[in-house]
Amino acid sequence: MEFPRHLFFTKDHEWLSDDSDEFSVGISAYAVEQLGDIVYLELPAVGDNFAARESFGTVESVKTVSDLYMPRNGEILAVNEEVMQDPEIVQDDPYGKGWLIKVKATAADTGNLLDALSYQKYLVQEEG
Amino acid sequence: MPHHHDFSSRHIGVGAAEIKKMLTALHYASLDELSRAALPAALLGTPLAETAPLSEAQLHEALRTIADRNVCAKTYIGLGYNPVVTPAVITRNVLEDPRWYTAYTPYQAELSQGRLEALLIFQQLVMDLTALEIANASLLDESSAAAEAMNMAFTHHRQRRRKFFADSQLFPQTLAVLQTRAAPRGIELIIGEHTQVSLDATFCGGILQYPCADGTIPNLSNFNKALHAVEALAITSADLFALTLLPPPAACGTDIAIGSTQRFGLPLFFGGPHAAYLATRKTLLRSVPGRLIGVTKDKRGGPALRMALQTREQHIRREKATSNICTAQVLPAVVAALYAVYQGAARLRTEATRINELTLLLRRALLELARGQKLGPLTISNASCFDTLTIAMPDASRQAVLQRAQQQRINLRTDVEHKIGITLNALTTVADVQELVALFAPQSELNWQDLQQQAARESAAQQWRAQDFMTHAVFNNYQTETEFVRFVNRLVSKDISLVQSMIPLGSCTMKLNSAAELQPVSWPQFSALHPYAPAQQTQGYRQLIAELQQMLAEISGLPAVSLQPNAGSQGELAGLLAIRNYHAAQGQGQREVCLIPASAHGTNPASAAMAGLRTVAVACDRDGSIDAADLRAKTEQYHDQLAALMITYPSTHGVFDDNIVAVCDIVHTHGGQVYLDGANMNALVGLARPGDFGADVLHLNLHKTFCIPHGGGGPGVGPVAAAEHLAAYLPGDPLATGDKASHALASAPHGSAGIFMISWAYLQLMGSAGLRRATQIAILNANYLALRLTPHYDILFRGRNGLVAHECIVDCRPFKTIGLDVSDIARRLMDYGFHSPTMSWPVAQTLMIEPTESESLAEIERFCAAMIAIRGEINAIAAGELPRDDNPLVHAPHTLADCMVDSWTRPYSKQVAFYPLTYLRTHKFWPAVNKVDHAYGDRNFHGGLDQQEVAP
Repeated sequence: MEFPRHLFFTKDHEWLSDDSDEFSVGISAYAVEQLGDIVYLELPAVGDNFAARESFGTVESVKTVSDLYMPRNGEILAVNEEVMQDPEIVQDDPYGKGWLIKVKATAADTGNLLDALSYQKYLVQEEG
Repeated sequence: MPHHHDFSSRHIGVGAAEIKKMLTALHYASLDELSRAALPAALLGTPLAETAPLSEAQLHEALRTIADRNVCAKTYIGLGYNPVVTPAVITRNVLEDPRWYTAYTPYQAELSQGRLEALLIFQQLVMDLTALEIANASLLDESSAAAEAMNMAFTHHRQRRRKFFADSQLFPQTLAVLQTRAAPRGIELIIGEHTQVSLDATFCGGILQYPCADGTIPNLSNFNKALHAVEALAITSADLFALTLLPPPAACGTDIAIGSTQRFGLPLFFGGPHAAYLATRKTLLRSVPGRLIGVTKDKRGGPALRMALQTREQHIRREKATSNICTAQVLPAVVAALYAVYQGAARLRTEATRINELTLLLRRALLELARGQKLGPLTISNASCFDTLTIAMPDASRQAVLQRAQQQRINLRTDVEHKIGITLNALTTVADVQELVALFAPQSELNWQDLQQQAARESAAQQWRAQDFMTHAVFNNYQTETEFVRFVNRLVSKDISLVQSMIPLGSCTMKLNSAAELQPVSWPQFSALHPYAPAQQTQGYRQLIAELQQMLAEISGLPAVSLQPNAGSQGELAGLLAIRNYHAAQGQGQREVCLIPASAHGTNPASAAMAGLRTVAVACDRDGSIDAADLRAKTEQYHDQLAALMITYPSTHGVFDDNIVAVCDIVHTHGGQVYLDGANMNALVGLARPGDFGADVLHLNLHKTFCIPHGGGGPGVGPVAAAEHLAAYLPGDPLATGDKASHALASAPHGSAGIFMISWAYLQLMGSAGLRRATQIAILNANYLALRLTPHYDILFRGRNGLVAHECIVDCRPFKTIGLDVSDIARRLMDYGFHSPTMSWPVAQTLMIEPTESESLAEIERFCAAMIAIRGEINAIAAGELPRDDNPLVHAPHTLADCMVDSWTRPYSKQVAFYPLTYLRTHKFWPAVNKVDHAYGDRNFHGGLDQQEVAP
């Protein structure tokens, strides 16, 4: 399982492209593995605003539905239409073509972000 | 010793010798000793009042006497219930065939292709007639379907638009149920006249009956346009049979269509069971409630069917589900679909035309007599009609007509002041029309031939639907009885049911559905009655209902019983609404918090959400029992707002919680009510009564513990039983007039009355001693089974004295490390001739096994042998003797197609694949398809028949 060094992660198993004011969000390889075959994504509209830790959508496999949580306060700048048409893209390339939303931060706080190494450590703790 | 006439010795699968053997293996001397060890002492209270069992002959006589108190009359009441002829070939080969009615809900798709196809035909039938793009595989009845559509509109606008419009010419029972369901959701129901309502952006949707209750064919397009102008959803309650002639709702702008399919071959059954339908546009697919059958492919690339998009449903989404519905109306839906297959479009159109012509004939005759002053002043309220006339006349003459009708045993619609309603049906002839006219003008002379010709011309001149329907091959190829029977047999032969082997589904209680219990369902004196027939004609049913209520009150320990809810989920909703209304009446309307354990069945939180309650999770112990410490904390935290706690007993983990009395006390101390999910009653009947240990209200599943067959996913009956203080808030007659709210949740006052005699019969045939014994043996069988599996699998939860209740949970999580999912084991069991136990509920990656008291020791041993053999296969994989991606489990199920390959290259023999144990040589069931691709099916949803098979 890969956790690219240049990305940030959250305990909700999302990744952010960086900690600047405009960033992309997706789900980690761990989340993909837990979900199994992804069949559907419910994503917000451009212009929607969400607070940190608020659910901005859902990702579905055949047997489960998981909420997607905003890592930071932000406004939706773009939504990946391609993955909504073909959810398998998220499974095949979760960090690249499988991006879900592009966000403009509306608050500074980045306290809950983990770097790739810390996220991996967190995963080990969770499993154990 | 049971007498050889004793039914309980037919129902209970094990005899004295086997019982002794199993008790000895478990180290108990008697069934009583086992019961005392399994259940907490505080619970073993009042025994059931002693009743002697009836023999099958005595039962038959008793039910005959009851049936003789019902009167079969000519019924023109309509209001969604219209007599039709059920073809004998369907009664005999579907309704009365245990291969159809003892099947389970089709979760294990590879074993269920027959009924899945029948349900797909049902969906296609509905899509064709409504011209909408998606149809589901049935809802409980027309009224609840209307409520579900209202909920879809409310959710569509994200609960921001609170108003919902309902036309006053909706069936009165639908209006009653909409009223019950709107308030708890925070929806304001506006009832009015559809041509005069002023709509705005505060409305989420509106609903119109088509045709209207008074018979008018309304201008559906105008109404729908008005709704769309304010972006509200357009909902139509459409008579599906009328749609063979009327323009389809989709062509008039309808977004969601709902209705009953009773006219497609189902008897009236005194109100039910009948399948309701719901159809909608593709854009609303994900908000559709209930089951959706979808097409996918199997591992070999062939077509396969499955239940699709289950993430909408309660077992996954819980309180965020599109609905709380679980058991629906599969068997009635199958009948409706096969009726359409047998009739074909031409016959249905001809029949609808004939009924319309007779209605126009009746209209002409009455108007001519009124003009010629042969009867008093009379007007017909509806300018247009399909099958219904509403006649207005002065009260004196109206009374005279009704009196004559009553004397001649003719039932007309009488609930509207100053009016008489008449709906003609498939049984009506010209002679019947003449008889009806004679009620109004006893000695009249008319030129009937002339009038018939005029009526036929008038009917032909109407603007009927231009769109074809039922053009698919299946609606054209099976209209001779020989072809039809073979088609039906091909379908049902693909399905596993109780006629082949045990279906050990935990919490489903797949026990015997005896032929003796089912036979009276088809008697005309039970099946032909209209739910709104006059009380003096249905005294037999009233007696049956009163006696069944009394027996269930006795068993549950709660005195007030309503049999109206037609599924467990519906019973839950009824019970929770009763609690909510009770609190409101006490001035405690702020009590909105419902505590629910995480181990609860998905319908619990889904029903709580529908009842307008806020779900708060309460922690469970590892054995599924309520964590008393967390309960104390939560009841203190929500002290003033606590409405209820929902519990299942024994727990969904199959354990008798020692603390149950204390748990109920804590809730009561903080002003809350205790709701008990009665799905596990098979471990309690005759031993303990929930009313005695603290439950205030519960629901029972008559299609589990009380022998109504599962039907492949319905019909169900979910009665609610409550303590006296809640009695006034239980569901009542939807047609009751007056200020008092009816709290009705179903179209018919008694729900699915047509199948009550099944449970009545079971209770009478067993008697009090037989019922108690059945429970004790259900517990014995489960514990013996757990004992046999213990050396091979971890039994996850055990209660007092290391015992389980009537079911046990086997842990399959360790096998994930060698790449095995619990579904691999479920599919491998198919090769061994068994339907899987309950998969991954209440704990992920487990199997919950419930044998019931009806299984023999031989069958239990056969199942254990299969499970043990599979464990051997798992061990071989773990030891590296079989590859993780090429073994009997991941390739399961093995089909005839697999067997027919020229060269078998697998690392295991054909013997292992197809006949791993000797008993399979005489007990082999062949799955019709290979492993079904669920992900493909959800990504590429298709819910109709193959369009390449449409006739030219």
